[in-house]
Amino acid sequence: MNHFLRMLFFAIVVRPIMLVILGMNIRNREKLPDSGPAILVANHNSHLDVLALMCLFPLKRLRKLRPVAAQDYFFRNPFIKWFALRIMGILPLDREVKKTRTSPLAGIYDAIERKEIIILFPEGSRGEPEELGRFKTGIAHIAKKHPEVPIIPCFMHGMGKALPKGEALLVPFFLDVFVGEPLDWEGEKSKFMESLTCQMTGLAAQGDFPPWE
Amino acid sequence: MLGNWFESPPEWLNASIERLGEPVVITIASIFGLLVVSTLLLKSIKAIKPGINLDEVSQRISSWWLMAGVFTFAMVVDRAVSIFFFAFISYLAIKEFFSLIPTRRADRRVLFWAYLSIPLQYYWVYSEWYGVFIIFIPVYMFLFLPTRMVMIGETDGFHRSAGTIHWGMMLTIYCISHTAFLLVLRRDDVADGATAPGAGYVLFLVVLTQLNDVCQFLWGKSLGKRKIIPKVSPGKTWAGFLGGVGSTTLLAWWAGPHLMDFTPNQSIVAGLIISIAGFIGDVNISAVKRDLHVKDTGSTIPGHGGILDRIDSLTYTAPLFFHYVYYTFTFHTFGSAGPLAP
Repeated sequence: MNHFLRMLFFAIVVRPIMLVILGMNIRNREKLPDSGPAILVANHNSHLDVLALMCLFPLKRLRKLRPVAAQDYFFRNPFIKWFALRIMGILPLDREVKKTRTSPLAGIYDAIERKEIIILFPEGSRGEPEELGRFKTGIAHIAKKHPEVPIIPCFMHGMGKALPKGEALLVPFFLDVFVGEPLDWEGEKSKFMESLTCQMTGLAAQGDFPPWE
Repeated sequence: MLGNWFESPPEWLNASIERLGEPVVITIASIFGLLVVSTLLLKSIKAIKPGINLDEVSQRISSWWLMAGVFTFAMVVDRAVSIFFFAFISYLAIKEFFSLIPTRRADRRVLFWAYLSIPLQYYWVYSEWYGVFIIFIPVYMFLFLPTRMVMIGETDGFHRSAGTIHWGMMLTIYCISHTAFLLVLRRDDVADGATAPGAGYVLFLVVLTQLNDVCQFLWGKSLGKRKIIPKVSPGKTWAGFLGGVGSTTLLAWWAGPHLMDFTPNQSIVAGLIISIAGFIGDVNISAVKRDLHVKDTGSTIPGHGGILDRIDSLTYTAPLFFHYVYYTFTFHTFGSAGPLAP
């Protein structure tokens, strides 16, 4: 029942908006994983980001897609919580640092065990529209623990123009998604973060997008 | 079974043949005939010379199939559907344009109004209100968008923004909507205000504009040497341009009397307008792409690029051909006293 609602929402609301009203231009689609476990990491400028990444996969893969989202933001009220958990299928992440024995990333590790495709925004929250923020190191912890799981960087452009943080009015723009090469874990956190940043800025440069100010 | 179907076609087919007129139906059938021929040609070239890479050509041809299918559907079903189809083309084209050019953050709401002008502009078409149709974007939106921009108050880059937004609207909404208005023109000298040749006009314009692109490309590929406008579009040659003008005008001379009640001479002028204006429309968008350092305006149509790449010629041919038709016959349209008059 719940999965049916999810499919329905994506088939009749999300996909028409993302693919027809906005329109997506995807480079290197063939580099996306066919099945899990895998992790997509992307820059984050808009609520549209997660919808765009979820539209990269066929509807039948929807069951496997798990975006990681901030618990404090999406558990604000019961309806949003229901929507985030049941329709978007988020993996809630507790952003507050607590001294507990369980890792805040435990939910993600479980999802890897379940062979799911995880969507993660290492910038932590939506930054200034169309600007790359600093990536947080949580992703490196995951890479260290699970070096066998492919981590694929995706650079996205246009979402921050169409629906930036703090705006409720959707203004149509084409959306670009550039898929990069899977990142390798070479035994060092700083090296891993460096290659992630390097790939993202490289993909961004490919687009040669005019600044948006 | 099939023979029976041909002898007594189903009622819906009869009805649409009657509404569109036989020449339109024959033209549509010929488009698909042409596509069948090019597909077979491609397949045989592939069979004879398996070595050469024809991926782009076959991608282009399969996209042509899709475009011809959608266009035919839009033209055959109903006039409202045809108008909606052109509105949607305008929408896709302006979205491509706004995504391509540098826009300002402060202009999000201005762009939103630019999008909203599409349903309005095509509503004027649907209601056959010529007087507003012809001035809504060049006058009212031209004055309104800067008003909205002033209200937002961002002055950095103001004139560039006001200019580029309106320029894009003129090309993709205003010019393209002339194609749709051809559908609703009512001839004064035809009984009970029939809109009969409307579909004929549109087909003549759209098919010749697209064939002109193809002809210019083919003539240029086979004979082209001297570049016609190297600074803007290095691929364009005099042979391509003149060959295109020749073939398109010849075809116009032949098709005009059937599709539109034109005399052969009037058809030749229409052919010249479409072939020459089509070339200018094409290089106009080429110049924009060169300015913005992109090869294509998008990737919506595999093998062709973006929507704007496909309709670049139409942005010039549509209004010029429209006015040529408009002055060739007398039409009655609503001017100052339209649907709002008592």
